[in-house]
Amino acid sequence: MTHDLVYNILSLGVPFSVALLLASLGEMFNQRAGVFNLGCEGIMCMGAFLGFLPAFFLKTGPLAPYGIVLGFAVAAAAGVAMGLLFALVTVTFRAEQGIAGIGLQMMGWGVAGTLFRHFVGGVTGVEGLASWPLPGLSRIPFLGGILFNHNPMVYIAFLMVPASWYLLFKTPWGLKVRAAGTEPRAADSMGINVNRVRYQALMLGGAMAGLGGAYLSLCQAKMFADDLVAGRGFIAVALVYFGRWSPLGVLGGALLFSLAQSLQLAIQVAGIKFPYEFAVMLPYVLVILVLSLARKARMRGPTHLGVPFNREMRY
Amino acid sequence: MAKAQPIHELQLTGITKRFPGILACNNVSMRVARGEVLALVGENGAGKSTLMNILAGLYQPDAGTIAINGEEVRFHTPNDAYARGIGMVHQNFMLVPNMTVTENVALGLKQHHRFMNLDLKATRARIVEVSEHHELPVNPDAYVWQLSVGEQQRVELIKTLCFGAQLLILDEPTSALTPQETDDLIDRLKRMTAELSIIFISHKLQEVKELSHRVAILRHGAVVFNGRTEDHTPAELAALMTGREVHLPRNEGLLVEGPAILEARDLKVRGDRGHFALDGLNLEVHAGEILGLAGVSGNGQRELAEALTGLRPVESGTVRFLHKDMTNKSPAAMIAAGLGYIPEDRHHEGIVPRFTVKENLVLKDFPTPRFSWSVVLKLGEIARNAESLKASFDIRCSSTSAAGGSLSGGNIQKVILARELAREPKALISVYPTRGVDMGAQEFIHSQLLARRRAGGGILLISEELEEIMNLSDRIAVIYKGRILKVLTSLEATREKLGLLMAGVAE
Ligand SMILES: Nc1ncnc2c1ncn2[C@@H]1O[C@H](COP(=O)(O)OP(=O)(O)OP(=O)(O)O)[C@@H](O)[C@H]1O
Ligand SMILES: [Mg+2]
Repeated sequence: MTHDLVYNILSLGVPFSVALLLASLGEMFNQRAGVFNLGCEGIMCMGAFLGFLPAFFLKTGPLAPYGIVLGFAVAAAAGVAMGLLFALVTVTFRAEQGIAGIGLQMMGWGVAGTLFRHFVGGVTGVEGLASWPLPGLSRIPFLGGILFNHNPMVYIAFLMVPASWYLLFKTPWGLKVRAAGTEPRAADSMGINVNRVRYQALMLGGAMAGLGGAYLSLCQAKMFADDLVAGRGFIAVALVYFGRWSPLGVLGGALLFSLAQSLQLAIQVAGIKFPYEFAVMLPYVLVILVLSLARKARMRGPTHLGVPFNREMRY
Repeated sequence: MAKAQPIHELQLTGITKRFPGILACNNVSMRVARGEVLALVGENGAGKSTLMNILAGLYQPDAGTIAINGEEVRFHTPNDAYARGIGMVHQNFMLVPNMTVTENVALGLKQHHRFMNLDLKATRARIVEVSEHHELPVNPDAYVWQLSVGEQQRVELIKTLCFGAQLLILDEPTSALTPQETDDLIDRLKRMTAELSIIFISHKLQEVKELSHRVAILRHGAVVFNGRTEDHTPAELAALMTGREVHLPRNEGLLVEGPAILEARDLKVRGDRGHFALDGLNLEVHAGEILGLAGVSGNGQRELAEALTGLRPVESGTVRFLHKDMTNKSPAAMIAAGLGYIPEDRHHEGIVPRFTVKENLVLKDFPTPRFSWSVVLKLGEIARNAESLKASFDIRCSSTSAAGGSLSGGNIQKVILARELAREPKALISVYPTRGVDMGAQEFIHSQLLARRRAGGGILLISEELEEIMNLSDRIAVIYKGRILKVLTSLEATREKLGLLMAGVAE
């Protein structure tokens, strides 16, 4: 009985983490480059809706199998566009990043909801991605089902963790990103175009947030609704701090949050006497607790986070 | 980037650069030949850094041209300047603290950037090669934040040399170095002139004399003198720089034994790395005296100043100020009791860079009745205060509404000095007060400190410049590894004695 419960919580929690993980890794690149994008939530909303749309329209036609792939592509493209917009406002026009982020969030949320009512209307489901057990690995007792019996996007998202690490720490671009967020003046003096790097990071971050949003509508809920994203974009931003700007840390944060969420669901399903409202709060409370108790490591993060770069400004 | 062609001759013609409200460079022309060391000197805010930033491709000039070997060049970005063999070591270090030395250099070595793969091995090899060739020891795998200021300086030099610099611009490379490190650097630079040309900025004319072949003097953005170094004494150069004779004042007063006002007893304080930076330190400052604290930096000076001002917790021992136990009292309590502080890091601790000059001048006093009616600031009085301090302390800024951070280093220092001295502190802790400050301002700061002493204030003067300490102090204490090794009166103190004590040799 307890064995089953634990198994259920874990095997449900792993795919729950995908949307957060994608968005949060993207946000990590933004912040490493010196820009924090609170609009992540808005991008996820747009990604969720625009990803859903092709799958919805192609549902019955001969192209149905491609609907989902197309959905992810559209969502990523929309994310890039929104990242670009955010870069224009905060990097080129040097607007206050926090305020611009809130604007982007409201825009994404509002536009997605409006378009949804216009084109789709009521609640309609889509097929979703079939799960794809990895040969051999999925047979491992206990762990196999938890880790290796999911849809392909889960594997892709988890592969993004080492890929992000490599990109950030082992490539010239990653080096530039880290310098641009920590000591933009130094990067500039060595001939690195700080603003261009920030544009690129914001576009990458946008694409990943878009994918994260599309995962919610295409694979997790298999439908779209206004409040589908439900603050996950903000949690993604928090997880970047929580994970101390490292891919592994972000992964840990995403897993912690999603496991708390599946625990919360399990509590409800098992009919344990526990006020439902408190159960829903659990993951959020956990994140706040961990964030405030975590040791503040200095010299690790991007110290120029949130500061627009202006070469001729000395302060 | 291919190795740049040798620079036989660099010519600047008519360079002009304006910032809002200020003409930073005014029709500047100068020339540097191969193997030559040109010293660029001038008062704080004269435009030296601005001119060099133009040469390094960071700033765009409003007018004027740069020519290399007779061919006109335009630098739109620092890359363009590097490609022509011009490298600059900036006044404030341009290093990313949370990256290793190798990564810092790799940032600029674009030929080691491969698609999706960074060739750190090649960069590391290049660093080792350059560091051996120029005898500049460095650990390529260390993180920059772990390095001392002197080591960071070396990394900056190596970085610039790795990029293939033919002309090296050094903007006040010695202002934060210890005397030994400075001598060392000058020696190395002398040897480098066999291969490179150097433009060297410094406020210390002794260094200029020692290293340079020619001197150019900037004043208010314009070249006022250009000539051979050997034809002029440092005093002449100082006069040309400021337009008048400069005499650093000396403490000629009699030693008066006033009551002890600031005392440290058996002070134990931890440094940033967790070790005891102060290890049972005893010290007392009397009213009406300047107590000089000599020592190689890093022996606990910073921690002492912070412990006395309430910025750093005291583990054990006591701090007494005006006969009251003030151990671990808040900075606000120390300020209210009448303690003044000129911090080491003027940009981050001395001022709020984004605040205007007039706001920075009342940072410690704005809640007093003079500057506010309970919750409303008296803006008129704040402005009047700023104007009068600007005049009496000769603060050079376009207006007192300019951001504090836009001022040149020496003028920021004057803002801090003005704020602290206007409060007539009973005791003043002054840490490296003339670091990076020009001769004229140095003279001014010294005379202000002496005036405060005459008015009965006690001053703790922390400095690495023996010259400064010996000129101003009544008594001199030498700090070594977190303790006071010995206290000498100014009559007993000689350079040799102090030098030995600073190296930790007591008798
Ligand atoms: N980015 C900037 N924005 C506005 N004003 C500036 C800027 N850079 C320099 N200035 C102003 O231009 C003048 C020249 O400054 P600069 O830094 O070149 O002086 P400097 O000769 O290097 O002085 P120091 O010896 O203190 O380093 C100063 O009045 C300074 O306030
Ligand atoms: Mg300068």
